[in-house]
Amino acid sequence: MALAAPLAACSAAEAGPPELLWYINPDSGGQERIAQQCTQESDGAYRLNTVLLPRDAPSQREQLVRRLAANDASIDLMSIDPPYIPEFANADFLAPVPDDVAQAVTQDVAEGAVAGASYDDELVTIPFWANTQLLWYRTSVAEAAGLDMTQPVTWEQIVQAAAEQDVTVAVQGVRAESLTVWINALVESAGGHVLENPEATDPQEVRPSLDSDAGRTAAEIIGGLADAGVGGPQLSNATEDINASMFEGDTAGFMVNWPFVWQRAQSAVEDGTLEQSVLDDFGWAMYPQAVEGEQARPPYGGINLGVGAFSEHVDLAFEAARCIVAPEKQAEYFLSDGNPPSSLTAFDDPEVQETFPMADVIRESLQNAAPRPQTPFYNEVSSSLQRTWHPPRAVSPGTSPQRADELITAVLQGEALL
Amino acid sequence: MSTTTTGAGAVRAAQRPPRKPQRSDRARQEARLGLLLSAPAILVLVAVVGYPILQAVWDSLFSYKLTNPDARHFVGLGNFTLILGDPIWWQALGVTVLLTVVTVAVELVLGFGLALVMNNALQRLRPALRTAILIPYAIITVVSAFAFRFMFDLTSGFMNSWLPFVPADTDWFASFGSAVTVIALSEIWKTTPFISLLLLSGLAQVPGELQEAAKVDGATAWQRMRRVTIPNMKAAIMVALLFRTLDAFRIFDNIFIMTNGAAGTESVAFLAYRQTIQRLEIGIGSAVSVLLTIAVALIALMFVKGFKVNLAASTRAGR
Repeated sequence: MALAAPLAACSAAEAGPPELLWYINPDSGGQERIAQQCTQESDGAYRLNTVLLPRDAPSQREQLVRRLAANDASIDLMSIDPPYIPEFANADFLAPVPDDVAQAVTQDVAEGAVAGASYDDELVTIPFWANTQLLWYRTSVAEAAGLDMTQPVTWEQIVQAAAEQDVTVAVQGVRAESLTVWINALVESAGGHVLENPEATDPQEVRPSLDSDAGRTAAEIIGGLADAGVGGPQLSNATEDINASMFEGDTAGFMVNWPFVWQRAQSAVEDGTLEQSVLDDFGWAMYPQAVEGEQARPPYGGINLGVGAFSEHVDLAFEAARCIVAPEKQAEYFLSDGNPPSSLTAFDDPEVQETFPMADVIRESLQNAAPRPQTPFYNEVSSSLQRTWHPPRAVSPGTSPQRADELITAVLQGEALL
Repeated sequence: MSTTTTGAGAVRAAQRPPRKPQRSDRARQEARLGLLLSAPAILVLVAVVGYPILQAVWDSLFSYKLTNPDARHFVGLGNFTLILGDPIWWQALGVTVLLTVVTVAVELVLGFGLALVMNNALQRLRPALRTAILIPYAIITVVSAFAFRFMFDLTSGFMNSWLPFVPADTDWFASFGSAVTVIALSEIWKTTPFISLLLLSGLAQVPGELQEAAKVDGATAWQRMRRVTIPNMKAAIMVALLFRTLDAFRIFDNIFIMTNGAAGTESVAFLAYRQTIQRLEIGIGSAVSVLLTIAVALIALMFVKGFKVNLAASTRAGR
């Protein structure tokens, strides 16, 4: 990072194509490779180099916001986690997307991904890869519990099955962004929303709506799962990674998690740290329903590309962004890094279909996925939720939704600490 | 030149009640040279310490969000009443005080023991011993915090299998008591060497003849410790306590790495980070920082005035 700034400063003086800096979230090297490919394909129009951001999404946001607030011209392109996009757009940190680019990059792209890349009905970033969570299960456990996994299942069913079979339901109970992901998916699946009017730009006017039937249903599911004792001993600190290793262990039953767990397990088998029989036992299905018979709204995540408002090469940055999100690059990225494409056509790639037998479930899940509240005050909303709905064993429908609503309101009105 | 100043000084001295003894020319010139020599350092300090503090005090009077600079407006002491009226602040303050008191007390006892060991060790062993004891202090706090986190972690850790009285599925970071214990342990492990080094220098100041005289008078080891050693190194003990208390009160890294504030383990410094860096509320965050600075200043004042710590005494005695 420290090296990047002087490099950017030098590039103007150097001969040769202008250097574009792309601030990326850590991955398995896929974005770095795409940057090299696009540099080659640009035929000398630009050199695309990457700068690594911190590991977790809130820290990535912190760093980008701090730099952008200081009008950092070195940020040409950035990989942004979708929930923070409204904040960036509202603060005028993103260069407006030209119409022709907008049209080109939304063709055959999952609806959820386009919605996640937009703010105020306008495309403000370019959909890159789109993520969603699936319900992962051990086929042996589901069979023993008599669950028909070809049909949608409910949270109640899997918690009950896990309790009967003495196995775990791995969920993200840690006080971090992933907890908000879970809460939001539950509330949306129960037919509600975290915020009634996420589009409000005046913090005083934002109205949270957790204290509703949907909010209470979500709280009941979380509290019930903790009470049933199926969340595992580390429930209140469980991250996606901890869940993934739980699911590879002996007490595994069910798990909601992103598709990276499939690649992770495959690598473990190749390294000889996991039995092939365990991998063969992996099953996957659509995210569980919160209310029986009502379509689940799985979490939506991923990364979209924003062009820095203070960049000196906005046109070139959009050109590079188009190169990065080309469907064949997305397919390749899915294969190399396990991050699903936002482009629906990328799912048809025969190699993708072969490597990810669950590709069609992911595509379907993406179409049903619900984004987290698209508000410029997302950080405050998410942090308030994490404070009031943690630890999972303390979540109850009688108090948690109401406390969350009160804290969100107080924080946004500048009347409470976070 | 010097005669006139001396003359004027003599007249003034005659008019006023007698105070300090008159300083000689040489002493005064030495003092002036001292001031001149330290002036650049003081100026730099004012620039790099004073300026940010003043800026924070100024910012704390505004409602100011970094992503919405246009809405910045003056709120007076509003941020302070908001903070002091919020239970989160008092909880964070409680956690900070608890951690400070516990860690500093334990470190003092342990550090004193280590200092005695170093002081009384064989000549040949002393350098090796000193280096070994100093190693934890040389490790970056974030790194030691990660080490403790991984040690106590349920999946990657080994503490649950090492400690026989702990159930194998204990998640140390799930509840307040156990999480704070681990945070305090890592803090103690890391900074005890600092206290022990300061105490070692204090031990070295205790005159050997006093010890010998006490021995000849038939004092037991415990009596010599209580009546000779400790009273003679009071200044060193107080300086060590003061530095460590100020340091401990600003605890952040361990909490950030181990619990990220979950399980009610937020400290005051963590609260400042949350408001300023995460929420980008520069106004509220600065106000928290200002309160933290005031708390630290009060601690320093308490030590210097209340316990009569003379910061210069230890250095003077060391000369």
